[in-house]
Amino acid sequence: MSLTLPQVRRVAQLARIEISDAEAETTLGHLNGIFTLIEAMQAVDTNGIEPMAHAQDVAQRLREDRVSEENRREAMQAIAPETEAGLYLVPKVIE
Amino acid sequence: MIGKPLKELGKALADKEISSVELTQLHLDRIARLNPEINAFITVDAEKSLAQARAADARIAAGLAGPLTGIPIAQKDIFCARGWRTTCGSKMLGNFVSPYDATVIEKFDAAGTVNLGKTNMDEFAMGSSNETSHFGIVRNPWDRSRVPGGSSGGSAAAVAALMAPAATGTDTGGSIRQPAALCNLTGLKPTYGVVSRWGMIAFASSLDQAGPMARTAEDCALMLNAMAGFDEKDSTSLERPTEDYTRDLEQPLKGLKIGLPKEFYGEGCDASVMARVQDAIAEYRKLGADTVEISLPNMQHGVAAYYVIAPAEASSNLSRFDGVRYGYRAPEYSDLADMYQKSRAQGFGAEVKRRILIGTYVLSHGYYDAYYLQAQRIRRLIANDFVEAFKQCDVIMGPTSPCTAFGLGEKSADPVQMYLSDIYTIAVNLAGLPGMSIPCGFSDLGQTRLPVGLQLIGDYFGEARLLNVAHRYQQVTDWHLQQPKE
Repeated sequence: MSLTLPQVRRVAQLARIEISDAEAETTLGHLNGIFTLIEAMQAVDTNGIEPMAHAQDVAQRLREDRVSEENRREAMQAIAPETEAGLYLVPKVIE
Repeated sequence: MIGKPLKELGKALADKEISSVELTQLHLDRIARLNPEINAFITVDAEKSLAQARAADARIAAGLAGPLTGIPIAQKDIFCARGWRTTCGSKMLGNFVSPYDATVIEKFDAAGTVNLGKTNMDEFAMGSSNETSHFGIVRNPWDRSRVPGGSSGGSAAAVAALMAPAATGTDTGGSIRQPAALCNLTGLKPTYGVVSRWGMIAFASSLDQAGPMARTAEDCALMLNAMAGFDEKDSTSLERPTEDYTRDLEQPLKGLKIGLPKEFYGEGCDASVMARVQDAIAEYRKLGADTVEISLPNMQHGVAAYYVIAPAEASSNLSRFDGVRYGYRAPEYSDLADMYQKSRAQGFGAEVKRRILIGTYVLSHGYYDAYYLQAQRIRRLIANDFVEAFKQCDVIMGPTSPCTAFGLGEKSADPVQMYLSDIYTIAVNLAGLPGMSIPCGFSDLGQTRLPVGLQLIGDYFGEARLLNVAHRYQQVTDWHLQQPKE
């Protein structure tokens, strides 16, 4: 299979990455090369094989629901691009 | 003291032959001299390192030292370290000063080691040559026109150039073992779940695992003793009894069964690499080991499955970088969506974007079954091959990398060529097994002498056995002691 330019733009949009026309062209070439490598996988008979999501087949650990972290809002927000009164600032989304 | 194994450094510190401040300063001096060209470190902070060294000296004076107290260790810049800039090799985190410590960093602090600085790496650990770092390429100390491997290329180059006694690395598809091979180091990727991933910036969470990079297997064992252990902050950390990874180092190898997968010994590997690997196998036979041919029939699909699974997980993990809570935010944008798109377009480099796009595509509606689930089924087949193989042998051996260090820029234009440099290491991550690379000789290309790595793969939780197998070889060979010319 082979990807198309509109598909590349669509995937970039889903991934929230701005992409120029020139970048989309280069990316298309690279992705098609990579997918040629990946496609070989389709020839493998995996009927009845359980997908392996994780290296260890262990159940998620459960823990008591209790406060374990102290409030470090100031330290955490000191590294944010823009904050005000303890809030993260982003462009207005509701008119 | 430069180039000495950790055990000797520990003894010299305990015997007061040298202080941690002096030892740290010696290495800082080498970094100041060599790093401008080799570029193994992204961040060096002499004040911080020396403060830790003074604390270590106090601890030694008080008689409270452990085996690593006072020893400077370089930390891959993927580990969050409180108060240290932690970039993960990305412009996205170019100004990120971590407000907390990774568990690995906490554990090294508890052991009393000195953080010598943060090492260069491929951006978000995505690469096999250290050429995708936003902070510049790293040069291989054995030949400065060549790559050190990746993604832990800065850690490898730092130890190889004797700027650090040892370093940490992380390995998602070969990122400890391949640079170890290309820089003549001993590197260990533990069984998935043995070392905590808390505070280690995530690439592909079901594959990522941290481990040591050092000169000898014994050094790796001492490092792993400090790094391993259950951590309730990592939901995939395994609850297991504490191990002393040095305990079996001296065990004789008589009767050891070495599996040689025929898939590792076919086409696709440079003859000069294969010759050194065969020499190493012959050396193991002399040590009393027996070899048996085995097969890992599904390994050939490992690279394809990996380049679905790892990008899929990365596309999800890296969605957190949106320019809101930390990291890079574009200077100009029209609205919220535009802010996300521009921040991510400007903050990520080309390889990271490529992998996010692959991951987004394979997880998107209509493609999930054909790619993601198929890759996970192949992952199971690959893991099953290893289970079968370990019924016939104790350890698997083969090349770590199909080639020695390649030239800067040689593979960076073609992602597929770059991806194939991990052909022998990827299956180990997919299965979650422990793997090592140890120096096994050199390939001589005219004037250039380039290291070759032997890969050792163990069964689950077989780290102590692997370290034993590596250590005994290092008792009868001196490849690991060879150092590059300055």
